[in-house]
Amino acid sequence: MTADAPEITSVAIPPSLDEAQKGTSLWKDAWRRLRRNKLAIIGLINFVLITLFCLIGPYFVPYQSGEQARSLQSCRPMEPIYARIQERKGKIVRTDFIPESKILDENAFITVSKEQRDAGLAQLKRGEPLKAGRYTYQISARKHLLGTDALGRDLLVRMMHGGRISIGVGLAATAVSILIGVVYGAVSGYLGGNLDIVMMRIVDILYTIPFTIFVILLMVFLPPSIFLLFMAIGAVEWLTMARIVRGEISALKHREFVEAAVSLGLGRLHIIFRHLIPNVLGSVIVYSTLTVPQVMLLEAVLSFLGLGVQPPMSSWGVLIDDGAKTIETTPWLLLFPAAIFSLTLFSLNFLGDGLRDALDPKSSKD
Amino acid sequence: MPLLEVENLRTSFHTRGGVVKAVNDVSFSLEAGETLGIVGESGSGKSVTCYSIMGLIPMPPGKIEGGTARFNGIDLLKCSVRELNRIRGKRISMIFQDPMTSLNPYLRISEQIMEPLLIHEKLTRAQALKRAIIALEEVGIQDADRRVHFYPHEFSGGMRQRVMIAMALIGHPEILIADEPTTALDVTVQAQILDLIRKRQRDLGTAVIFITHDLGVVAAFCDRVNVMYAGRIAESAKTTDIFAEPLHPYNAALQRSIPALQSKDAELFTIAGLPPDLARLPKGCSFAPRCNRAAPECSVRETKLQEMKPGHATSCTRIQLGEIASLKSSVCKS
Repeated sequence: MTADAPEITSVAIPPSLDEAQKGTSLWKDAWRRLRRNKLAIIGLINFVLITLFCLIGPYFVPYQSGEQARSLQSCRPMEPIYARIQERKGKIVRTDFIPESKILDENAFITVSKEQRDAGLAQLKRGEPLKAGRYTYQISARKHLLGTDALGRDLLVRMMHGGRISIGVGLAATAVSILIGVVYGAVSGYLGGNLDIVMMRIVDILYTIPFTIFVILLMVFLPPSIFLLFMAIGAVEWLTMARIVRGEISALKHREFVEAAVSLGLGRLHIIFRHLIPNVLGSVIVYSTLTVPQVMLLEAVLSFLGLGVQPPMSSWGVLIDDGAKTIETTPWLLLFPAAIFSLTLFSLNFLGDGLRDALDPKSSKD
Repeated sequence: MPLLEVENLRTSFHTRGGVVKAVNDVSFSLEAGETLGIVGESGSGKSVTCYSIMGLIPMPPGKIEGGTARFNGIDLLKCSVRELNRIRGKRISMIFQDPMTSLNPYLRISEQIMEPLLIHEKLTRAQALKRAIIALEEVGIQDADRRVHFYPHEFSGGMRQRVMIAMALIGHPEILIADEPTTALDVTVQAQILDLIRKRQRDLGTAVIFITHDLGVVAAFCDRVNVMYAGRIAESAKTTDIFAEPLHPYNAALQRSIPALQSKDAELFTIAGLPPDLARLPKGCSFAPRCNRAAPECSVRETKLQEMKPGHATSCTRIQLGEIASLKSSVCKS
């Protein structure tokens, strides 16, 4: 290590420095301030939990996302479900599932007197099988925690899978918008002059294109796919990011430390990426936490309009759309997806607000 | 042959209020190892002169209208950015006025101080870190091996200026430009920083261009002095001559304005009036409207720096014409 620099071997470098010695960074200060903001921390924890719920939740639910049960359409949440077993010569040839709300429509109950019907129901509820004609009815272990939709698909597992898409779109499109926006804004802001004017007018022009029309055009000319969705949202979301970064950079570039960096002979790209961008990361992070919910909303809007995620894939926007169509008969199909969606948006907004306060260097240093 | 030779440098800023001629036909040279002071009040163009040499003028609105700045045969005003970047930070470096803002708040000191080495000398990070620690020790920072990993906000102003000096000198440059390096510091620290610059200058044999408005610092520190006014050099001489034998009324008036040299009972002497608007410079000598020795021809004749004695030049028309013999009396009068 020291062999190639003999003239400076006299100075020993300690092998490692513990954290306390390394000094506190602005990021550590920010984290300390953030930790004191209860709402932001609740938001952070909440978002992490919801993400985990969507990621690993499906492994704990015995149903697949696309799995349909024809006879189990529009079950209420936690509704008891009965199995109708058809036997022939001692062998089970067919098992159907009947939700409690439909059990009285079964032949076994329609054709008998009221007393017999009540006795039969009570027997079923006790867990005893009930024989009627060629069918045996029995209470089933099957449960749909949040009910099922009109095709008999489990809402819980659809929400988990939908969440993967929604959060995934949110994070990925935000990442794309950060990447394009920060680089574009930083280059425009730092180089300045006519280039800056041209680059920013391009942004202005892109701003004027109505988003939905833009997406509809994309969908018309290109086959709808989730990739297209990323592109459409990413293409719109980076504009604001570019403006924010450009504004900050053009304010920063006249600061003395940038002049000092220039006077040290550092190249322009080096100054942009090494000196300027770290200085705007605070605002970028804050704006990103506000972009994620925005993107998720956009995705929901597009899916709601039928332009976003295509079936059989689901997203929270798709689920809310489905739920809204049948709000009179099956309100839970709207309620639960809307609730988890709102919860996520609230969490991210609180986190974003907290981060803005925490990363503001003007806030008190205590 | 001088190390750096600036000739007829003209820098202006194109603003809405007109063309501000911040530096107007400035020529000077710098020998290896010497210390050149540039004195003048705010807006006299002393910083812009050096910023022009370093390629730090924001363009637009700034523009270098003409002139040359020859360093080792390379014209710094016309060479490419790539070429300039091989010189800046390596052979010519600069320290700035405010150490509180001239370090990047988001990067550790180690990262910033290592940069010139990584860029110019292509050292490995381990080698660069060792050099950085040595450089910090050389500017008198205790515990350098630990403190090198600090962030700028963990240092005091004086320490940060030491870091800046270490950073500027780490590549052993031939020229160090110090742009009012002590103005933002308190008095006790000022002396330490000046001593430090002088010590490092002696160790490394660096030539220093020292920009200041403090005549006391000039007297103690510089071999030669350029007095600037309204974008031009008013007087240029060896430090001893500047004080012993001022040849420009502005220089003489500046010296009379030093509070410490004035009697306690008398009202403080100040130069009446304000520096001219650089976008609307008066015809003739720009100091004429404030000059107590001005004659009618001063506001007509263009001024030109002219050597009166070997190494002592003035731009005062009346002195050049021999109408005023000496300004010495006016300095000592009060």
